[in-house]
Amino acid sequence: MSDPHLVFVIMGLVLLAYALTGGADLGGGILALLARGPHAEAERRAITRAIGPIWEANHVWLIVLVVLMFTVFPRAFAALGIALHIPITLALVGLVLRGTAFVFGAYGLGDDGERARWVRVFAWASAATPLCLGSVLAAVASGEVRVRDGEVVSGYLAGWSSPFGLATGLLAVATFALTAAAYLSADAGPEVRPRFARHTRTAQAIVVTLALATGLAARHDAPAFVASMRASPWMPALLASAAAAALVVWLTAGRARTHLTRAAVVLEVTCLVLGYGLGMDAHLLRPDLHVGNAGSHPRTVAALVPVLAFGTVLLAPSLWYLLAVFRGERARREAAAEAEAEAPRRTPDDRPGRETCAADPRDGRGSSH
Amino acid sequence: MPDLLAARAQMALSLAFHILFAVAGMAMPVLMVLAEVRARRGDAASAELARRWARGTAILFAVGAVSGTVLSFELGLLWPRFMAHAGPLVGVPFGLEGFAFFTEAIFLGIYLYGRERVPPAMHLFSAVAVAVSGLTSGVFVVAVNAWMNTPVGFTLADGGLVDVDPWAAFAAPAFPTQAIHTALSAYGSIAFVVLGIHALCLLRDPDSVLHHRAVQMALGLALVTTPLQIVSGDFAAKHVAAHQPAKLAAAEGLFTTQARAPLCIGGVPDADARQMRWAFEIPGGLSFLAHGDVDAEVVGLDAIPRADWPPVAVTHVAFQIMVACGTAMLALVVWGAWLRLRRRPLARARGFLRAAVLAAPLGLLAVEAGWTVTEVGRQPWIVHGFLRTADAVTPMPKLALPLAAFTSLYLLLGVVVVTMLRRHVFATTRAERVVE
Ligand code: HDD
Ligand code: HEM
Ligand code: HEM
Repeated sequence: MSDPHLVFVIMGLVLLAYALTGGADLGGGILALLARGPHAEAERRAITRAIGPIWEANHVWLIVLVVLMFTVFPRAFAALGIALHIPITLALVGLVLRGTAFVFGAYGLGDDGERARWVRVFAWASAATPLCLGSVLAAVASGEVRVRDGEVVSGYLAGWSSPFGLATGLLAVATFALTAAAYLSADAGPEVRPRFARHTRTAQAIVVTLALATGLAARHDAPAFVASMRASPWMPALLASAAAAALVVWLTAGRARTHLTRAAVVLEVTCLVLGYGLGMDAHLLRPDLHVGNAGSHPRTVAALVPVLAFGTVLLAPSLWYLLAVFRGERARREAAAEAEAEAPRRTPDDRPGRETCAADPRDGRGSSH
Repeated sequence: MPDLLAARAQMALSLAFHILFAVAGMAMPVLMVLAEVRARRGDAASAELARRWARGTAILFAVGAVSGTVLSFELGLLWPRFMAHAGPLVGVPFGLEGFAFFTEAIFLGIYLYGRERVPPAMHLFSAVAVAVSGLTSGVFVVAVNAWMNTPVGFTLADGGLVDVDPWAAFAAPAFPTQAIHTALSAYGSIAFVVLGIHALCLLRDPDSVLHHRAVQMALGLALVTTPLQIVSGDFAAKHVAAHQPAKLAAAEGLFTTQARAPLCIGGVPDADARQMRWAFEIPGGLSFLAHGDVDAEVVGLDAIPRADWPPVAVTHVAFQIMVACGTAMLALVVWGAWLRLRRRPLARARGFLRAAVLAAPLGLLAVEAGWTVTEVGRQPWIVHGFLRTADAVTPMPKLALPLAAFTSLYLLLGVVVVTMLRRHVFATTRAERVVE
């Protein structure tokens, strides 16, 4: 494997990391849109507390992806910036709105009405963003964005404004919602867990449907992409694993073994991203730009790989610590207790000091519905 | 609106917006560390202060993160032909910056949400980690900008770059002066904002221990950074004189190359008539500042082809604003130091506090003005001497549309952020009234 190939694989892993973390944060926003009924407020609160401490870290995966792209495959980055200006700009507006609306709701000190408005902005923007991101992935795969002599010659609508683009966008929306629902059905407080379990199953059904629809659309809109997938010897195993994972998600959601649901969702998303990677067949922009001609400079790639390795070694323990603090067993138990006790408007840092804290769980039991 | 102009305006808007939150992201953690350290020594007011700062800062960080994301995509959306060449040259600093962002975001999460979940030492450590990674991310990205100002590390061959040195950005001659000057500007500008806000609260409520502490800490930070800022500005000017003569000539409004060049205070340069109007001139001043000798020759715009002139008026006015702000900030800091030496309680020094309130925006103004000098003064080049901005722009038509979208989005966000920060400030004063 050549160095640019290695970077291509690393980019795939980064995309996967973003889908599993940042994607789930977007999915949380989508679920906030679905919060209904007597526990709607509790649902939204569970989402907010799950996202709060970690979304900024999760978001960095996307930036890493962009940086890898322009550092190692600058020609592809330039072509994408031109040909996909419209969906990328829309995705950016979505990302800005969801990130800011989220903190405005959580830290803005507004009254309930104002908070609810920010949550709505956060939720709608969270749903619109993956739609755009998905259509970008579709465009790159479609083979319709064409580059000749370094110039994009296919206009500004090619590839993404097609049934395949739409289907991939919707698939991304559904997949992120599924991931979020599966995580939350394991982590959230007991009163809302059944709701999230139901969402998990619904989302799983939609993901399967949309995956089939995307496949159908791809046959027509992205034939070479489909052909590469078919040609891969890994494809049957991948499909079988995805199907098995989907089944496990369906069967275990909301049941006792929540970590199984989560693991199955992770496997399912991994299969999706791997399948996409096989279909891309070492291209950054099918068919014109691939790892061999997208402008990589050997010395840059050689410098970047150690930087990545060094950074990862430095980073992994901190990332692990962050997740352990906010997602570990103890954190989950505390979260369940606090979720019921906490007054709606409080942000984590407002929590009363230790002495008063001890009284909280009791209050919680008293006031739980 | 021509597309090139729209692209420039969108880039400038996005950067001018992002930098406000970026400097807060660099400096607020430093203030929070100072407060946390005092809190650990048992000072309750500092402990409370750290909590309140953290809550306001959470908003600033989020806006900084999303506006920064917009910037990294905009490099490709607006300047694809720049990135097609420069990507491999600026990739390593951006990659390192990515790791700094990661570290920052991780420890920010722990700091903001982990107060009751992690041991106190770990909590303090996470604040320090946020401060350090904020500084490093700022320094890495400035390396990129320094490379654009003084590009090195490649050879130009048939329209492309060969022999690319991926570490070149750190070897760019402008890097040391720019990195130091920018880092100081982050701390100084935010120290002035914090000082102004808490001075206002202290004027309303002179007995508040909390606001007194805040004023002390912010003044302390400004005391260290502002004088150094001006010293480093002098180094920056000498560096620009040596490496980017067009930028210096535009910033100073110097149209003719001359020995014993005067320093113009104020004034409006008229590029068509090639003369400076209404300026107060100090003979030999510019020669001294640029080269350390009143008789030295300074290169003027006449030595530069007309097509390669940067917009002279904008660059000159922006430079004057930066220097004026710096001078005013230095005056205030000297006043504060004198009060401290005399051991006057700051809460009773109402004149000083009023001045501090008025001075609050000066640092941020200087930051915006300074970046305008750097960026507008580099025009018409995007990579100085090698790639013209006009050749780097995207072929995408109708760029006025995204410009309008981002302008309204950022205006809206600006208004909302200010409203929310005001609420944080005034909610706290009201709360104190109740306690009293
Ligand atoms: C608090 C903010 C602040 C203050 C008080 C000053 N500056 Fe500044 N200046 C900046 C904030 C700044 C900046 C925003 O950080 C810049 C933009 C790019 C850079 O490297 O730093 C800058 C750039 C900049 C440049 C251009 C560097 C380049 O393009 O490579 C020069 C020559 C100076 N400054 C000189 C000065 C002088 C002589 C000052 C004396 C009063 C001064 N600055 C005060
Ligand atoms: C260190 C990071 C920075 C980088 C990599 C950077 C890069 C760029 C690029 C690529 C452009 C477009 C090409 C051009 O018009 O020159 C630009 C323009 C501009 N940037 Fe920066 N910039 C940085 C910092 C800043 C900051 C913090 C400001 C804040 C005020 C700023 C203000 C501007 C302005 C005003 C322009 C428009 C110049 C003109 O068209 O006349 N820059 N910059
Ligand atoms: C002098 C100019 C700049 C300085 C000093 C600076 C500094 C910073 C700092 C300290 C942060 C983290 C704090 C925060 O989130 O508020 C940040 C965030 C960010 N900046 Fe900048 N920046 C500058 C210009 C740029 C440019 C030109 C780009 C991209 C091309 C950029 C991309 C980003 C990104 C992607 C983030 C978000 C990281 C996250 O998700 O946490 N910045 N910047």
